[in-house]
Amino acid sequence: MRSDKPVQHASQPLADRVLEKTGVDVARCYQCGKCSAGCPLAAEMDFPPSQIMHLLQLRDFPEFAEMALRSHTIWLCLTCEICYARCPMEIDIPKLMDALRHEALAQDKVNPKAKDILAFHRAFLDSVRYTGRLFEMGQIVDYKLRSRHFLQDLLQAPWMFFVGKLHLLPERVRGRRLLGRIFARTLKAKEKRS
Amino acid sequence: MARIGVFICHCGENISATVDVQKVAAAAARISGVAHSVEYKYMCSDPGQQMIKNAIKEKNLTGVVVAACSPRMHEPTFRRACAEAGLNPFLCEMANIREHCSWVHEKSDATTDKAIDIVRTLVAKVKKNKALLPIKVPVTKTALVIGGGIAGIQASLDIANSGHKVILVEKEPSIGGHMSQLSETFPTLDCSQCILTPRMVEVAQHPNITLYSYAELESLDGFIGNFKARIRKKARSLDEKLCTGCGLCTQKCPTRKIASEFDAGLGMRPAIYVPFPQAIPNKPVIDRLNCTYYLKGKCRLCEKICPTQAIRFDQEDEIIEVEVGAVVLATGFDIKHGDFFPEYGYGKYKDVIDGLQFERLASASGPTLGEMRRPSDGKVPETVVFVACAGSRDPAKGIEYCSKICCMYTAKHAMLYKHKVHQGKPYVFYMDIRAGGKMYEEFVRRAMEEDGVQYIRGRVSRIYERGGKLIVKGADTLLGGRPMEIEADMVVLATAGVANAGAEELAQKVHISYDSYYFYSEAHPKLRPVETNTAGIFLAGACQAPKDIPESVAQASGAAAKVAALFSQAELIREPLIAVVDRQAPPLYSTCTGCFLCQTSCPYQAIEKEEIRGRDGQLIKTVAKVNPGLCQGCGTCVALCRSKSIDIQGFSHEQVYAEVLALLNRGESDV
Amino acid sequence: MKTGFYPGCSMKGSAREYSESLLAVSQALGRELPEIPDWNCCGATAAHNLDHDLALALPARILAAAEKNGMDEVLVPCAACYSRLSVTRHELLEDEALRKKISGLIEADYRGSARVLNIIEWLAAIPELESKIRAPFAHRVACYYGCLLVRPAGILNFDRPEDPQSMDLLLKRIGATPLDWAFKTECCGAGFSVSRTDVVAKLSGLILEDAVSRGAEAVVVACPMCHLNLDMRRPNIEKYSGKKYGIPVIYLTQAVGLALGLDEKKLGLRRHKVKVKFGEGLAKPPSASITPASAMPTAGAKSASGDSPAGAGSTAAKSGEV
Repeated sequence: MRSDKPVQHASQPLADRVLEKTGVDVARCYQCGKCSAGCPLAAEMDFPPSQIMHLLQLRDFPEFAEMALRSHTIWLCLTCEICYARCPMEIDIPKLMDALRHEALAQDKVNPKAKDILAFHRAFLDSVRYTGRLFEMGQIVDYKLRSRHFLQDLLQAPWMFFVGKLHLLPERVRGRRLLGRIFARTLKAKEKRS
Repeated sequence: MARIGVFICHCGENISATVDVQKVAAAAARISGVAHSVEYKYMCSDPGQQMIKNAIKEKNLTGVVVAACSPRMHEPTFRRACAEAGLNPFLCEMANIREHCSWVHEKSDATTDKAIDIVRTLVAKVKKNKALLPIKVPVTKTALVIGGGIAGIQASLDIANSGHKVILVEKEPSIGGHMSQLSETFPTLDCSQCILTPRMVEVAQHPNITLYSYAELESLDGFIGNFKARIRKKARSLDEKLCTGCGLCTQKCPTRKIASEFDAGLGMRPAIYVPFPQAIPNKPVIDRLNCTYYLKGKCRLCEKICPTQAIRFDQEDEIIEVEVGAVVLATGFDIKHGDFFPEYGYGKYKDVIDGLQFERLASASGPTLGEMRRPSDGKVPETVVFVACAGSRDPAKGIEYCSKICCMYTAKHAMLYKHKVHQGKPYVFYMDIRAGGKMYEEFVRRAMEEDGVQYIRGRVSRIYERGGKLIVKGADTLLGGRPMEIEADMVVLATAGVANAGAEELAQKVHISYDSYYFYSEAHPKLRPVETNTAGIFLAGACQAPKDIPESVAQASGAAAKVAALFSQAELIREPLIAVVDRQAPPLYSTCTGCFLCQTSCPYQAIEKEEIRGRDGQLIKTVAKVNPGLCQGCGTCVALCRSKSIDIQGFSHEQVYAEVLALLNRGESDV
Repeated sequence: MKTGFYPGCSMKGSAREYSESLLAVSQALGRELPEIPDWNCCGATAAHNLDHDLALALPARILAAAEKNGMDEVLVPCAACYSRLSVTRHELLEDEALRKKISGLIEADYRGSARVLNIIEWLAAIPELESKIRAPFAHRVACYYGCLLVRPAGILNFDRPEDPQSMDLLLKRIGATPLDWAFKTECCGAGFSVSRTDVVAKLSGLILEDAVSRGAEAVVVACPMCHLNLDMRRPNIEKYSGKKYGIPVIYLTQAVGLALGLDEKKLGLRRHKVKVKFGEGLAKPPSASITPASAMPTAGAKSASGDSPAGAGSTAAKSGEV
C-alpha cells in the first residue's frame, strides 16, 4: 500500500507512516541482527540497521522514532542491498532507509554529521537539474561550496584533467525544461512544503 | 403410531434463565405424536435419566427427544439410558436448545419460540428414525510399525509387550535411526548408543516382533482392524540365513571409498557394508550402485571369501504380504541439506558442517574415533563457531517453524567440544534459547556457566574462508547490533529439521494428511497428537514434527497404547451413522446407476464396487457399496449422488426433509 | 531486436575508459549501440536518497525515450544506472497507479516494455566471442561484481547474489582463470568517494587485500563507481591501510578488448591511476587452501572451455538459482 500524503508530524507512529508509504512492516523483524552483521557501514553507524528497526518497532515511544530520524545511520547507508538479500524475513530495509531519509528531510531532522553526504547529493542533483546530466566539474565546485572542503582532492584534479577524465564544460540535454518541471513537481515541491 | 417422549432440561439456569422451559414443555405436548412432555432441572443426572427410562416403559415410547445441551456433550449418555430401558438408542435424538438458543440469545418470547421450533424439528425427525444396530468390524491383532528409529523401536516394544504381534519395517539396513548416529544426548549427556542398543537388541530378540530391515512399504489397502500391507524387502544380495555376520567381506571389499551415510558423509565405507558395528541385524548389504560387480561385472571377492557362501548377487527384491490391524508411522526426520546457505559456504567449505556431522566427529565410533578434528586438514579446531537457527525460523529459506531441538543440541555440541578440547573457544550465535523440557534450562546454564561457552545474541550474515580460517561475520544485538567478526577453525550449523525424503510418497500410500512441510498431520493438535484422521493409522516421533528423544519415546508409547486399546476388543464397534446404497426388488436391484461419482469423491476411500449377479452367475449390474468399516458419515457421496441412491443412516433424506418441513409449517402439525 | 545504449553520466567523465573500451569492443564484434537520444542522468544514489518520485521519474524518462525509439532492450554498462533503471521498471510495472503518476510527471507514457541489460548479459550473449579471440587473456583474475549487479536478486533475476558466476564464466571464455575469492559482492564504498573517502578507503582496501592474498593479477570490474574507488582512490587506500597495493583494476570491456587483440591505448588503459600490468611483484597463489578446487556451483549455461562458441548464447549468463 502506497500513499503520497504529506508528512504528518508526531500524530501517527512513524512505523505506520512507513508501512503506508512503502509497504515495509517493521513488526515482521524479529531482531536477529543479520542485517547489522553484514552491513559494511555498521561499525561507523550510531544505530546499526537492526537497531533502527527496533527504534521504529516501539510505536508507543515517539522519542525512539525521533532518534531514528535524527540518526547518522540513515545517511551512512549506501544502499548496497546486502541486508535485504540476507534478511530471513525478507524485509526491504533499503526501502525503509529511503523513506526515513525522506522523512528526516521533510521534518528537517538531518543529523549534522551527515552534512557532507547530504551536500554531495544536493550538489549532484543541482547539476542534473541544470544540465540534465552530471557535470562532474560543476558538481565538485558546488559540493565544495556547500561543504567548505575547498582543499579536498585538489591534487586529483590536474591528474584527472591530464588523463582526459575531467571536462571543463557541461553537456546539456535538450529536454532541460522538462527536467526543470520534473524537479519542480517533486524534490523542489517537497522542499517548499517543509 | 408415533409415541414420542420430549424431555426438556433446565440445565441448572443455563437454559431456564433465558428460555421459558414450562412453556416449551406445554407446547411440545401439543405436537401430534408426542405422548409425554416434561421438564426437569438436570436431565443428564441419574434421576433425570431415570425419568426417561420410566417414561419409556410406562408410556411405551417409540422415540425420545431430549431438549438440552449439544449432542457432543450428552448424546451418548441419553442413548445409553434409552438402550437400558429397552429402546433402540438410535431412536433418541437431542434438540440443542442451549448452544443454539439459550446461550446465544437474550431472554424473550422470541427465544422461547425458537426453542419450541427446535424441539418441533427434532420431533419431526425422530418420527422418521429407524432402529439401527452398531457395526462390528473384526480386528487383526497385529500392528505394522513403519520406521525403526527410537520411536518405532519404543512403539514396537510396547505393543509387543502388551501381547500383540508387531511387524517392524525399516528402510535402512539397520534399525536405530538418527539416535544411533549421536554421540551423547541431552540433558544427561548419556552415550546415545549405550542407551539405544539394548532396546535394539530387545527388538531383535522379542518373540512378538518380526523385523524386516532394508525394507519399505510397497502398498497399504484396507481399513482399521483389517489392513493388507505389501512390504518390499530389498535385496541385500546375500542369504541372511547363511550369513553369520562375521564381517570378513566388509574388511576385504576393494571398493572402500564410498561416502558413508551413517557418518553423514565424513567417513568412508566399502561397497559391501554394515552401517555401524552395533547394527541390528548385523548382516551386511551390498550397495549395488557402487559395487564393482554390478557396475562392471568384475570382482566378486566377497563371494569368494565368504566362509558360508552367503553372497547372492542375483537376489531380487521380495514382496511380503501381511495382514495387520493398525499401522504406526514412525519414519522420523532429516536435517536440511543442500545449497540453501550460500552465504555460509555450506557445501562449499569442508569445515562448515551440520549438526549430524558434528555428532559423528564427536562420536567414539566416528571417522575420527571421537577426536575433535576438522574435516579439511584434520587439525584440532581451536575456535569453533556454532550457528543456531540455520534454516529454521527463516521464511527467506522456506522454513518458518522452529525446529525445537537445535538450541539444546547446540549447547550440547559446544559442551562436548569443550570437553574434548580443553583450551578450545566455542561461540554460539543465537536468536533465542528454547530450553523448555525437564532439566533443559539447567543444561544450557551449565554450558554457559561451567563450560565457558560464549553466547552472542545475533545472527551470522556471512562466512568465508581465508588463509585456512573461516571468517564469521555476525552481530551482537545485545550490544546494539554491533558487528562481531570471529576467525574460526570450524563452523557448525544447526540446520533445520525437515521431513524425511519420501515422506509425501508414504503419506499418500497410507492415505493420511500432511502439512506443507510434509510433516504428518495429527487428528487434533492438542487432544489427539498420536492419531491421524485415518482410522487405524497412528503417529509417533519426529515424522509428525521435529522433536527430541523424550518426546518421541512418549509419543511412541502413546501410539502403542492406542493400538493396544484397539486390539483389546474382539471386534470394533462403530456407530452405524454411515452411508448405505439402496437396494430394490429385482429387476432394478438398486436405483444406483454405477456412475461411481461417490467413489471418486469419498475422502476415506470407503466406497467399493459391488457386482450384482443373477443366480446363473451372470453380471446384472455393478453398483456402489459402502464399506461400513471405513465410512465416516460425512455425506459427500449423498450430496453428489444424482439418483439419490445413497443415504446416511440416522440422517436420511426423509429425516432431514422432515426437519425442514417442520420448521416451515410450524404449528400446523400441533393438535 | 533493437538494442539501445544508455551510457550514463560517468561514462563521459571519470569512467571514460569504460566507454572507450566498450565502443572499441562493440565495433570489433560488429554490434551497433545506438544511444538513447537526449538521455538524462538516472539520478543515481542522490535522487532516491532525497525523493522517491524524482528517483522514479528520471529513469522513467530515459526508458520512455528508449521505447519511443523502438528499442526492445537497453544496454546499461554502469551498474548503478542498471540498478536504478531496473528497479524503476519493476516498481512501475508492479503498481499501475504509480506508473500513471510517473508518466504524468515525465509527460510521456511509460509502458515498461524495454528490458534493461547489464554489461555481462550483453557480452555473454555474443556467441562468436570465442572465435574472435586473438590473445587469450591468460591471467588470474578476481571478478568483482560489486553490489548492484546482483542485488536485489528478486528484481534483477540475473545471477545468484551469493558467489555469482556470470562474470567468472565470461572471463573463462576469454581465456582467463577467474579465482574463487571472498569479496565478490562486498561493497566498495559506492557514492562516498568524495563525501566519506575514509569509508571508501576502508572498504575498498578490504577488497584489494582479499584479491591480492588469493594471488589475483588484476581485479575485473563492471561498474564505474567501483573502478573509481578501487583505482583512483588507491592512494587513500594505501594511506589508510599502511600497505602498498600494485594490483591493477580493469573494466570487463578492457579485458575482453585485450583478448580481442585491440590496442591498449584504444581501450583507455593509460587513463588508470594504477598502472595496468600483469603478474609483476604480486603474491603467488596461496598453497593449501581449505576451499575445494572445484567450488563451481551448477550454472545454467554450458561452461565453454574457451575453444568452441557456447551454444545457447542468450542463456550463457544465467546461473543456477540459490
